[in-house]
Parts: sequence; structure tokens; C-alpha cells
Amino acid sequence: MNELHLPWLEVSVLVALFGAVWVSCVRDQFTVSRYSLLFNSIVLATTVGAWIDYEFINPAGVIPRDAQDYWNPLTKLLGRPIFVIDPLSSPLLSLVALLYFLVSLTTLSTKVRRFSFAWTLFSEAIVLATFCCEDPWLIIGLLAAGTIQPYIELRMRGKNTGVYVKHMALFVLLLVIGQLFVDYEGRDKQVHTLWAIIPLLIALFIRCGIAPFHCWVSDLFEHATFGTSLLVAMPLVGAYAAIRLVLPIAPDWVLRTIGVLSLMTAVYAAGIALVQTDARRFFCYLFLSHSSLVLVGLEAVNAISLTGALCVWMATSVSLGGFGLTLRALEARRGRLSLTNYQGLYDHTPALAVLFMITGLASVGFPGTFGFIGTEMLVDGTVEAFPYVGVAVVITSALNGIAVVHAYFQLFTGTRHRSMVSLEIGQRERFAVVSLTALIFVGGLVPQYHVSSRHRAADRILRARSAVASGTVSGEETAAPNHPCSLVEVGRCEWGWVEGLPIRKPRIRPCGNVPHGQEVTWHSPCQRTYQRLPPQRHRWENEPAWQSAETRRAVPAQKTRRRLVDKVRSVLPPGRRPLPYVPRACSASTVSRRPPG
Amino acid sequence: MLEVFHSCGLFAADLTHQVHPSNDVPLVLKVLGLLVVGAPAVLFATLGIASLLRSKPLSERVIARCIQTGILTGLTAAIAMLGLMLLWNDTQIPIELGSWVQMENPAEHYHYHFIFKFEFDRLSVPFVILTFVLCGTIGAFANRYMHRERGFNRFFVLLSLFVVGMVTTSLAGTVETLFSGWELVGLSSALLVAFFHERSAPASNGLHVWIIYRVSDAALLMASVALHHMKGEGDFDGFLAGEWPMGRTLLEPNQAFFVGLLLLIAAMGKSAMIPFSGWLPRAMEGPTPSSAVFYGALSVHLGAFLLLRFSPILEQSLIVRILIVVVGLSTALFATFAGTVQTDIKSALSFASMSQVGLIFAEIGLGCYYLALVHILGHGCLRTLQFLRAPTLLYDYRTMEDAIGERLPKFSGMWQGKTSERVRTWYYRLALERGYMDAYLKECIVRPVLSALRKCDEFEHRWTRMLGGTVIEKKPSSEASSAFEELL
Repeated sequence: MNELHLPWLEVSVLVALFGAVWVSCVRDQFTVSRYSLLFNSIVLATTVGAWIDYEFINPAGVIPRDAQDYWNPLTKLLGRPIFVIDPLSSPLLSLVALLYFLVSLTTLSTKVRRFSFAWTLFSEAIVLATFCCEDPWLIIGLLAAGTIQPYIELRMRGKNTGVYVKHMALFVLLLVIGQLFVDYEGRDKQVHTLWAIIPLLIALFIRCGIAPFHCWVSDLFEHATFGTSLLVAMPLVGAYAAIRLVLPIAPDWVLRTIGVLSLMTAVYAAGIALVQTDARRFFCYLFLSHSSLVLVGLEAVNAISLTGALCVWMATSVSLGGFGLTLRALEARRGRLSLTNYQGLYDHTPALAVLFMITGLASVGFPGTFGFIGTEMLVDGTVEAFPYVGVAVVITSALNGIAVVHAYFQLFTGTRHRSMVSLEIGQRERFAVVSLTALIFVGGLVPQYHVSSRHRAADRILRARSAVASGTVSGEETAAPNHPCSLVEVGRCEWGWVEGLPIRKPRIRPCGNVPHGQEVTWHSPCQRTYQRLPPQRHRWENEPAWQSAETRRAVPAQKTRRRLVDKVRSVLPPGRRPLPYVPRACSASTVSRRPPG
Repeated sequence: MLEVFHSCGLFAADLTHQVHPSNDVPLVLKVLGLLVVGAPAVLFATLGIASLLRSKPLSERVIARCIQTGILTGLTAAIAMLGLMLLWNDTQIPIELGSWVQMENPAEHYHYHFIFKFEFDRLSVPFVILTFVLCGTIGAFANRYMHRERGFNRFFVLLSLFVVGMVTTSLAGTVETLFSGWELVGLSSALLVAFFHERSAPASNGLHVWIIYRVSDAALLMASVALHHMKGEGDFDGFLAGEWPMGRTLLEPNQAFFVGLLLLIAAMGKSAMIPFSGWLPRAMEGPTPSSAVFYGALSVHLGAFLLLRFSPILEQSLIVRILIVVVGLSTALFATFAGTVQTDIKSALSFASMSQVGLIFAEIGLGCYYLALVHILGHGCLRTLQFLRAPTLLYDYRTMEDAIGERLPKFSGMWQGKTSERVRTWYYRLALERGYMDAYLKECIVRPVLSALRKCDEFEHRWTRMLGGTVIEKKPSSEASSAFEELL
């Protein structure tokens, strides 16, 4: 694992946490706003620094490896890496920090008393930590912690928390149950049982707002502050959880199920957005439609669709984030916005009108904007996997486009709004507007860097998934031209990563049958150079017997093994682990024999 | 018909000509090509960025100068390109601006690229010159017509966006590039229909136009995806061999049928063919200059251009060609019928445009591609002139009526006396309501779908309230008036 040049990740999380504590001690809300902006700026700078640093140590053309902080005190403390940055998370961290920064920046002075900056900084720390984290249990813990802030805000505003609490409690409970089963089955299962998959799947549906588990999102948007709702929704934490927790272990039919349900949600939410009469609910359904599209791409599991989905993820966060900020700015001037009649605000706020249109169209993948290439790749990729999906995605895009323009006409045209006070955009908002617009157009007109970055992330996810699905860590290693294969790492074999994803198989091939828990010397992971080989060649010469698919077929004695392990455990002193079980059928000659060709 | 044109020597394919491969284009042609494409893009970027960054818009004089410079530069470069092509006897000049996006993995055997490629040939060059000429004319006209209008700056920003879209669509060498331009044209059109913000009718008509355009865009996007799926790339060279119009398609007949059908739907939406024709008279809600250039001259012909561009694919499928002829002739008859009862000059002109575009479709279906191209060029120029003349014509009529001291004489139709009053009234209403097509679409498709969606939304409200343990309230009846379809 590489090391960054500075402890960017830990600093960013700690600064956000420290900021939360600091501003909670300050009474004057305007001072709080300023301090909060300062902490948000520092966090944004550190996350951008982490991204640049990561790109610097993994330049284009070289297959990237995970990186952890310099010094990594947490790793030394806990004995394993906690905060890790990889191609998937590197731009997402900056994106999250940018969203928090812009929300703080555009909070008008009239709203600072209602918006909790301390809790916002706390939630920023949680979300950043989630995106830095790859260990399943830590992710689950952080996801659970992330549910606290909206709950507290709903309570403070005196709103009904029933819908939110029920959904989130179920979400956390199912995550824990699913992961417990995964852990229980993990050491000898390549594909997990429904007991493990179904709870995780439903938990994922709840967090991502997949129908019929999406009502909490609309409820949150209706009752929480718009800023908090935006920050809960926009980073697409659910999609991240899907990649880390479900994608590596789910069989294909589960992915297809997720894909179909996500697709139905995308079309359904786009349709429901058309008939909304409240701007917040309209935005909520627009968001649900887009986030579901991201999941559709993730589940098609081919490189193009996955890259497209990751591009759409970024584009959705940026463009819908901007769209939401525009609506929030309008709300700050006009109160709750109704879509039942024309508002005619264009003459008062032309800049907001332009941003509304640009961000809205960018979210539906309009040419020249951030979302265009991602949507094109998503459609092309998913059509390769399931031809009917392309039609549904195109219909979704069309409906979303209609909904956006409908809302634009309702809010900005149709009548002449008369106001005694100026509704013109402020300097801070103009800064946010211009920076987001620049981001949308730069991402749309010069998309190669962004697409390459997402492609690398998609490539790693696919490698990890194929490694797990094929029952091995890899087929054969071949050295990349600029990467020596003779690297040696030290690690423990009872846990591991495959291309940044936690799995229950050691990703690194041991030199022999090594007892669990014993510190050994591994060969380099070198996953970057893996080649997909025919299944019969997916074998290691010295592979531990329980890893071999052939051996597992030859030994239907999984239960026997478990019983034996339990017996051994019962006689071992506490704290000691049993040696791995090597069945008799798997002699050394059987394991080392390579099939012809 | 084809033989006639062959005998007249109108098919340049009969002459000796050369086609440049994309990497062998002389530098001067590359520079000219970049100017043709780049001038409108720079124009739009200038006006757009200035509008976004400055608190006050640019002055009318500066905007006029920008428009003049941008369009004249593009036009000059396009004419120079045409001159050099004629001089050097080139009939097809592809200009690649490189890969916009490239993604590949040789080990996994997949490759994705998105090439920005423009093609100058016998179809695109006349169309792009027409675009520059008409947009330049409209720019000069609108500079006076829109003087001191509140949305002067917005009009020209949208006009420049339209020019970018038209040029991109006309010169596109890949399906994706064509689709990009196609969407830009749609957006600028819809926003210009809703140009007068202080009234509700333009907004609802703009939305109507946008909805039809989205249907058309969706069809084109599906065609694009289908072509990608079939041939692995969106480059025209991947599925069209040879130069326009004598090329042939590399698709199988059933593939050509499927793609051709999608292209036809896309073209029908953009060119206001029935049953999508309802948007064209509504689009007259925008300012006259934009009506002239969009719905009289350029935008309304874009569907026909699309069919011309993909004519080799249409050649492969007889059914699609028959459909094109049927759609075109039906629209022409319908537009003539509905146009006779229009009392507004812009509406009458819009139906006249529709009937001509219907004829152009029929020509394309019959395979008379050059005739269709010439028809587009001539009709575009004539209709622009008529639209620009329309406001002053009304003034002239008033002057004439003042001079003779009474209303101008009305001419009775040919059916007067031959049919009963009741029949004439029935036909009159039918024509005035445009065959009730909009009403049927609204009643049969829009209203049921929206009603179902509204029920789902109501159910969600109830479900959420039940989960929250709150009292289930009935939605206030005032929200019923917000029905989406009422806006259409």
C-alpha cells in the first residue's frame, strides 16, 4: 500500500470534527457561520490535497494502488489501515467537501439561526470518514452514525421523526444482520447465502431510496432544512455502500434484481417528479431518479456501464447539488416554492435562473455539460448487458428533462413578479454559481481526465468482483511494464482487500499454507497486472486447499469442516485461532497439478 | 426522377471527384473547417460568459458587433471551403478534432471512444451556408426589431446557441456529434418560444414545444444507441459507406428498418409532422425573428436534413420509405387544410411551412434527395422573407384599408355554394382545431398517464403519513388546478 505525502485524510476528518466541537461552543450564530466556513475551507483544501497527492503517486498509465496517510497513526494504533484512499474515493472526498463548503457558503444570514453548522461539520466528518473507509464494519458504523444528524435536526424543528426513524432503524439493523451473516459464512463461502445477501440488499435499497423504500427521502426533504437534506442525499453514500458491501459478494441474479428495481425507480421517480406541486418534493424525486440511474449502471457490471455510472454519480452530485442550491437560494427569498402557478422570478434573479437551467439540464445529461458523457456511456454500457435497459434510461432522461424545464417555466416565467425588495443574487451565491457552472462546463467539454479516472475506479471494482466471483484472488500474475512484480509486503492473512474492496479471502497469495493470524511474507498483490484466464486455470500452485473451487467440489464436507473447527475452537485457549483445515482429499499433488494448456 | 437529375448532371457523383481520408486533409481546409465550427462557438461563449459574469448585460451595439463578426466569419469560412472544394474537386472532407473521450482495455477487449468529427460534403456545406446566411440576416433584422426589448441580450445568446446547434448538426460526422447539436437546437427553440416571460401563454407553449422535442430527442438517442450497439461506434463511416447521396449502408435490412423507424420518429418530432404537428403554430408565440429563422427556415427542416443524412439507411428499408412518403403527404394535406382557416398571419405561414416540409419528406421517401435539398434551401429563404415581411404587411393592409375607406374585399372559398353551411362549419371547426390531434393526444396519452402518476403520489402521501403516525389529510383541492396537462 502506498503512502501519501501528508496525512491528508486523517487531518480532513479531524478538522471537521474539531470544527464541530469548536463552533458548538460559540453562541453568536454569525460568528459560527464564519468559523464554519473557515473549517469547511480547510477540509476542502485537505481533501483536494489528498486527491492531488494520490494522483501524483499514481500517475496516469500506472495501475493505481490504495494509499494511506503519511505516518498513519490510526493504522499503527489499530494494527490495520483505517483511512485509505483509492481511485474510487479520491475525487469523491473532494466532491463531498465541496458540497459542504458550498452549502455553508450560500447559507444566507436570514437562515443562519435555523441551520446547525456544528452538526453539519460533524456529518461532514462522518461522510468523509465513510468515503475513506473500506472495512465493512467501520463503514456500517459510520453509516449508522450518519443517520444521527438529520434525526436531531428533525427533533429540533419539532417535526415528526416517525418515518425517518423507522427507515433508518431498519437500515442499520439489516446492515448489521447481513454483515454478521457475511462474516459467519465468509471464510469458506465464495458466494454468500440469501441470509447474508437479502438483509444487505434491503438495507441498500433503503439508503439509496429505491422504491418502495424511498418515502423517508421525500419526508426528509419536506421536513428538514433544505441544506441538510441536500447534504444527506447528494454524496450518494448509499451507492458507496453498495460498492463496498454488496457488489463484491453478490451473485449475478442479485445484481440483476438491483438493476431492475433501480431502473423501475428511475422511471417512476421521473414520472412522479412531473406531477409534484412542491419544489422540494420535485427536487427529491428528481434526485431519486438520478441516484437510481447510478445504481442501474453499477449493476450492469461491465466496464463501460460502470464507468458511466461513476461519471453520472459525480455529475449528479455536482449538477443536482447546484440545482438544489439554486432552489435553496430561491426559497430563502420567497419561502416554500409552489409549482402550481407561475412565479415570474426571472427579471429579479436572472443569474439564478440561468444556473437553474444549466444545472438542471446538466443533471439530465445535456450535451456539453458534465453529465453528457456519463449518460451516454451508461446507456451504451447497459444496452450491452440488457438491451431493454437503454430504452428505459432514455425515457427517464426525457422525463427528467421535461420536469426540469417545466419547473423552470413555473418558477421564472409566466408572469411578472412585483417585489419591493431586491431579490438579486448575492456575492457569495454568485461565487457558488460561477464555480459550479465552470465545473459543469469544464467537466462537459474536457471530459477525458474525469472519464479516465472513473475508468480506473471501475476497472478495480470489476477486478475485485471477478476475483471473488471466480473463487480466486487472481489467475496468473504478469508484470506490468513499469511495475516490478517482486515487491514484498507484510500482512496478516485473516483479512484482506481485493483492489481496495474488503473480502474474506486473502488477496495476496501466501507462499504456502500459512496459519491464520501468523505474520508472514507475501508476494506482491500486483492485482494491477492480473489477467482474466479460463476458469480451469484459476489456480495457485500453493493455494490453500480451502480456496480452490475444484477442491471444494471434491470435498462436500463444508459442514464437517465447520464442525471440526468448532471442536478445535472449543479446546483451544481463548484468543488463539485454529490452523486452517486442509482436507485429506486435497493432497499437495492435487493442488499443484495444473491443467493442460 | 433520379434519371432526370443524372441527365442534368446534377449528381456530382458523375463527375471525377476525390474524397479525402481524415488524416490527409490540407491544412487550409482544416483551418477553414475549424473556423466554420469555432466561430459560432466562440460567439456563444462570449455572449454567455459575459451574461453570467457581468451584473449588467452587454450593450446592444456590442452584441450586434459580436453577432456580425461571429456569423460573418463562419459564413466566409464556409464559402471559402465550398470554393476550395469546387476548385479541387473534393466532395467529402472529414475533419477530426480528435477523440473527446477514449477508453480502452485491450486485455478485456473493449473500447469506447467519442470522436468529435465534422464532415463537409454536398449535403452539409449548402445547409451550413444557409444557416449562416439566414441567421446573419435575422441577426441584422432583430438588432432593430428587438431594440430596447427587455430580453435583447437573452435573445441573442439563444440565437447564438441555436447557430452552434445548427452548425454542429449540419456538419456532424458522428451520431453523437449530431445528437449534441440536435439537442442544442431544441433547447434554444423552446426557450425562444417562451421568450416573453411576463405572459403565461408563451411559457406553456414553450413547454409544449420542449415536450415534443424531448420525444424526438429520445428517438434519436435510441437510434444512436442502437447504431453503437450494432456497429460498435457512432462514426458515420461505421455504417455508411461512400459519399452522400450515393453511399450505401453497412447495416442489415432488419437493422436498417429498426434504425430507420427511430430516425423517422425523431424527424417527425423536429419537423412537426403529424401527429406531432401541434407545436408549430404554438411556436409562433416567440418573437418574429426567431419564428422566421427557426420555424420557417431552419429548425423545421432539421428533420428532413436528418433523413437526408441517413438516406442510405432508408434506402435499405422499403417500408420506412413508404412510411416517410405517407407521413409527408398526410402532413402536407393536413397543413393545407388547417392553414386555410388561420386568421393570424404567423399561424398561416407556419402551416404553409408545414405543408412544404411534408412535401420535402415525400421527396425524400421517393429518393429524390437533391430535389429535397434544393427544396429546403429555396423554401427556407422564401419563408424567412415572408416571416420578416409579416409585421409590415399588416401595416400595409391597414394603410390600404384606410385609403379605400373600407375593409379589403373577402374572397369566398371554392366550396361556397357547393356544400351546405353545416358541412362547411363542421370542416371549419375541424380545421380550426387542427384535426383535434392535440386534444386526442392529451386525452388519450397525457391525461391517463398523469392521472396514474398523481394517484401514485397520493398513495405515497398517505403511506408516509401512516408511517409517521400523523392524521391523513386529503390534499387541498387547489392543487388540482396545478395539473400538468392544463399547462399544455
